[in-house]
Amino acid sequence: MHIPDGFLNAATSIGTGVVAAGGIGAALRQTGKSIAVDKRVPLAGITAAVIFVLQMLNFPVALGTSGHLLGGALAAILLGPWMGVLVVTVVVGVQALVFADGGVSAIGPNIFNMAIVTALVGWAVFRLVRMVTPPTRWGVLTATFLAGLLSVVASSVAFSIQYAIGGQGGAPLPAVFGAMASVHTIIGIGEGVISAAIVGALLSTRPDLVAGAADLRGQSVGSSRGTVIVGALLAAVLAFGVAPFANPNPDGLERVAIDLGFMDEATDPATATSPLADYVVEGLGENALSIGLAGVVGALMVALVAWLIVRGMRRGTPSR
Amino acid sequence: MAHRAWYAARDAVSVSQLHTHTLYVHGHSPAHRLPSHVKVAALLVFLLGVVSTPREAFWAFGAHAAVLAVAARTAQLTAPFMVRRMLVEVPFVLFAAFLPFLGPDPRIEVLGISLSQEGLWGAWSILARATLGTGAAVLLAATTEVPDILTGLSRLRVPAVLVAIAGFMVRYLDVLADELGRMRTAAAVRGFRQRGRGALRALASVAGSLFIRAYERGERIHAAMVVRGYRGVMPQPFASPAVAADWSRGLALPLVGVTVAVLAVLL
Repeated sequence: MHIPDGFLNAATSIGTGVVAAGGIGAALRQTGKSIAVDKRVPLAGITAAVIFVLQMLNFPVALGTSGHLLGGALAAILLGPWMGVLVVTVVVGVQALVFADGGVSAIGPNIFNMAIVTALVGWAVFRLVRMVTPPTRWGVLTATFLAGLLSVVASSVAFSIQYAIGGQGGAPLPAVFGAMASVHTIIGIGEGVISAAIVGALLSTRPDLVAGAADLRGQSVGSSRGTVIVGALLAAVLAFGVAPFANPNPDGLERVAIDLGFMDEATDPATATSPLADYVVEGLGENALSIGLAGVVGALMVALVAWLIVRGMRRGTPSR
Repeated sequence: MAHRAWYAARDAVSVSQLHTHTLYVHGHSPAHRLPSHVKVAALLVFLLGVVSTPREAFWAFGAHAAVLAVAARTAQLTAPFMVRRMLVEVPFVLFAAFLPFLGPDPRIEVLGISLSQEGLWGAWSILARATLGTGAAVLLAATTEVPDILTGLSRLRVPAVLVAIAGFMVRYLDVLADELGRMRTAAAVRGFRQRGRGALRALASVAGSLFIRAYERGERIHAAMVVRGYRGVMPQPFASPAVAADWSRGLALPLVGVTVAVLAVLL
């Protein structure tokens, strides 16, 4: 999921970077300045460290990119959505600067996809699910699972859209989208389970550390309705943005044709020869097949790596 | 199967890097001595040049690589070392390897294989830029200790909250690794075997209790810091201010890169 240098064109990187900077600015304003000595900083630090480790578990995705756990939803549920944004921003920033993981010039898109989208969409899903489930431990855990799952899928969709706008190399978009979304659905299940395991353990022993479940202790969750709406809108925009690629039935194909007909008219002749325009004329009939195939291959690869990791962990257990 | 080998290589790199201090290579080179915020700024300027270089300008990428090589030489880092560290980029650029096969028409024949021209350009562009970017970041991490990078960030006016979270994160990575080691030993001593469904449930609870144990240790560390006067910013008793000479020394090479990029755009 980490985008390397040179993967997106400069305009896309900078544009997404500006949006990401706006998101971080909003998060800084929302969390306030007093945070440095309050108890949330160690919690933010340990959450960042855990997310850092979780992001190291990489699964190969068909087409040669990779996917991994993201952690934004977990951070949002433990610390509130805006603090969650900051925590994952720090993880992504340190990875780029210190670990050469994800390009420094692609830090805007990386922060947008992995910190802002995951934390805000995760929080919106969490809150919305909690509205319709009973205010119990199981309600919280169900909401956590779904928030983890959907935040990862949303993030992979954001990645696909950026690739569609400014990606290098002209790989077929439906295949990119199909591979990213299907593999991240499976990774998302893992993310949901791990997030729920951590939240569950905290609810049993240190419920004071779960901001999203403050209502179980008789306190208010203390996040505005506005934030939930922002997250839900973000999710809706992402879902709408991929609708043309995600829908393999004839309506969906017509939709692509209409969109692209429109695009050809709207852009000047220089960009009408771009891979996007080119591809859709040429490869329309293969879309459903390549989505399906890429999804199946990706799913098998994730299963294989998950199995290898479990095996590796068994072997790594000290035998003393 | 190539995938498996690459990912195994990456995991080997990553896990050893969990201890962040292992990234740093002790030395006294001019690159080590530069103030950390100058180095972070230099990295950003260099990458600005790399990213804005048009992909058709092969000579410019050669020049960027030469700039990076001179910098690595100045830092007294060897080529094998750089290459080994740069392996982290492999999973990210694998995508590039697929582009020539998946990209759009027109196609050209290379050794009897039909490849997409646009895909070849895309693959070259990603590989070249990502390799230069990774090399530059490796250089920063190898010559600058992590606390210094954090100090450098706060001197570049990165908001204090972000630097504070990053500082705690880096410290807690070691706490986490140590705590996990203790829990594994404890589980092994009690005859734990990772088999069957019960084991999966046990692993889930390991994840939860690892989090809580590490957090509670971290909470005590934080309390100890606060009673000793920590107010959100780490004191920097030894951070020397950057003088003009530092800036000119640190930015000389990145500015060569930017000049190359400007020439490549114009020519």
